[in-house]
Amino acid sequence: MTALDFKARAHAAMNDARLAPALKRMKSHFQMGRALAAQRFPDFEMLRDRAAAIRRRAISAMPDLLERFEANATAAGASVHWAADAAEACAIAARICRDNGVKRAIKSKSMATEEIHLNAHLKREGVEPVETDLGEYIIQLRGERPSHIIAPAIHLSKEDVAETFRAAHADLAPDRDISGRSELVREARIKLREAFLAADAGITGGNMLIAETGTILLVSNEGNIDLTATAPRVHIAVVGIDKIVESWDDAGIVLRVLARSATGQDMSSYVTCLTGAAAQDEDGPKQSHIILLDNGRSAMRASNKAEMLACIRCGACLNHCPIYAATGGHAYGGTYSGPMGAVLTPLFDGLSENADLPSASTFCGRCEAVCPVRIPLPMLLRHWREDAFAAGIPPRGERWGLGLWRWAGRAPWRYRLATRMASWGLRTLGWLQRGRIRRLPLAGGNFTASRDLTPPAGGTFQSRWRGER
Amino acid sequence: MPQPEAALFVTCLADLMRPEVGFAAAALIARAGFSVVVPPQGCCGQPNYNAGDKEGARTLARAAIAALERFETVVVPSGSCGGMIAKHYPHLFDADDPWRARAEAVAGRTLELTQFLARHPLPDAPKRPAGRIAYHDSCSARREMGILAEPRQLIAAHTAGEIVEIADAEACCGFGGLFCVKYPEISARMASEKTAAIAASGADMLVAADLGCLLNLGGTLQREGAPIAVKHIAELLAGEP
Repeated sequence: MTALDFKARAHAAMNDARLAPALKRMKSHFQMGRALAAQRFPDFEMLRDRAAAIRRRAISAMPDLLERFEANATAAGASVHWAADAAEACAIAARICRDNGVKRAIKSKSMATEEIHLNAHLKREGVEPVETDLGEYIIQLRGERPSHIIAPAIHLSKEDVAETFRAAHADLAPDRDISGRSELVREARIKLREAFLAADAGITGGNMLIAETGTILLVSNEGNIDLTATAPRVHIAVVGIDKIVESWDDAGIVLRVLARSATGQDMSSYVTCLTGAAAQDEDGPKQSHIILLDNGRSAMRASNKAEMLACIRCGACLNHCPIYAATGGHAYGGTYSGPMGAVLTPLFDGLSENADLPSASTFCGRCEAVCPVRIPLPMLLRHWREDAFAAGIPPRGERWGLGLWRWAGRAPWRYRLATRMASWGLRTLGWLQRGRIRRLPLAGGNFTASRDLTPPAGGTFQSRWRGER
Repeated sequence: MPQPEAALFVTCLADLMRPEVGFAAAALIARAGFSVVVPPQGCCGQPNYNAGDKEGARTLARAAIAALERFETVVVPSGSCGGMIAKHYPHLFDADDPWRARAEAVAGRTLELTQFLARHPLPDAPKRPAGRIAYHDSCSARREMGILAEPRQLIAAHTAGEIVEIADAEACCGFGGLFCVKYPEISARMASEKTAAIAASGADMLVAADLGCLLNLGGTLQREGAPIAVKHIAELLAGEP
């Protein structure tokens, strides 16, 4: 799908002088926020246990719960559509727009619509979608994709944003000061207000689908979701089927871990709950369409990556990931980034093109340690590595080396021979390079690219222990 | 009364790169009152396991299990290899595989070195000066094996060194086994952030219980020309031979 591979994208990102400080700010801000929020709550670990159990129960009962959701949402006046894949979801959304004469649409932040590339599809169908989440609006103007699931423009500085607005807003007076954050927000608000008032349809995602009442629950901090979902005459929600929960009680528990894990807030500024459509004499959209998106999720449910469906998209794994902190989100090349993206992207976009994503992890385990629903992310990444190895995807040198190591390890004499030869080789290199190895041969050169290696002081431990020297 | 036996699983990195860590670990286990046995051994299989070669990992694990299963106690001077045996070995084999029970038995008797020394204390001895020590937790020790207090208590009890904490201590150093060779640029970035935090801590010595982290961080500090000594906790506690 992308011309560059992960390593090349990561290299470019790591040499982007503006990205590193932005990622550093993001990391310390979100990490501290979550740590303090967890500390403030009397027993956050127990809350995580409950949220984890609720999400697993929901995934295990998913087919039944989705049918209950459909029945209750339909009874409340909404129309529920089932989309097997991205193309079908886009086609349904476009058809709803066509049937209702929708020309202009506003959108709130939704990773599901990013996943199916809805904006590009609607544009081709003659509908102009305008993103109303500030970060999404900025990257829409720049033709980029989100680099973080909850902070889509985290890779940009306020200077970048000012440049973007100057280029995109033709009527912005050249002498108007938009160097500060509040001026930037004001400028975006002016433009977005026009879009809100002119829109025929509002498109949202959904943080949860509550089965017992057929309700869509959404969280936001900017208030734009309320307007997006209720101001236009038609509301379209695109929601992954994994977002199902059984009850309001369950939703309440998930909500309590969500914002704490994401931004460190006890609760997001807004929680929007939408059930059915408005009656003719009421305010609100007269039509409510809910597109339930599968797009590989049922297949995932049947695989050894099923636990990934418990994800509530809080972003804590990104915020605590050292790989994400080094490369940012765009290096991952997919809709989702960080550890959760490394599990999801091979599923959506293919393993052979994305085998680097599960591979580029030290298995440091910090993602699992902060995941509010305790998804064993390192284990899921490991499953992808096993799939890749079985499919012969890793480079030949790596497979050959592992095979040799396995062969050597099967018999103690072979292991002893291999380590004694290596020890001799390293000591010789150390002697040649005067006691400190600055360049190792072959793949070892990648180790010494940024480090020295002090050679061993003598023969292997096992040979010396046995006095074999 | 005969001394109880403990097997030392020395790890490939200590075996090959830092034999002195193996000798220091053996000396500590002996001081704790155990008779040290080093059964002929190879690799725990983690490189294969982490690269997706589960069958290769099983092959190596079976050899390690066969070498270790006759011992009541197995001591590993590494949270990474220790975690592989104590936490991952049982998952390598299906429930109906006879190796499953053997893996579980060995897993249940395997301790990382500082865990072992916390349970089997060293006799008191005069505390040697050790300066300002930055202690780095390996990710596998900290998060996989839940080891946090043990090494710090051991350093406080047996040296006169002062422990300084490293900022963002939970962050990985960037070693990651094959990771540092497969993704050298990201690994180097992670390592240099860690060495900067170590330098900022004011420490004059870096101590850890995993040679992977130490070869990575020690090598980076050396390349950077930082005047910070690097020691495995076994060497620090055992003292100069």
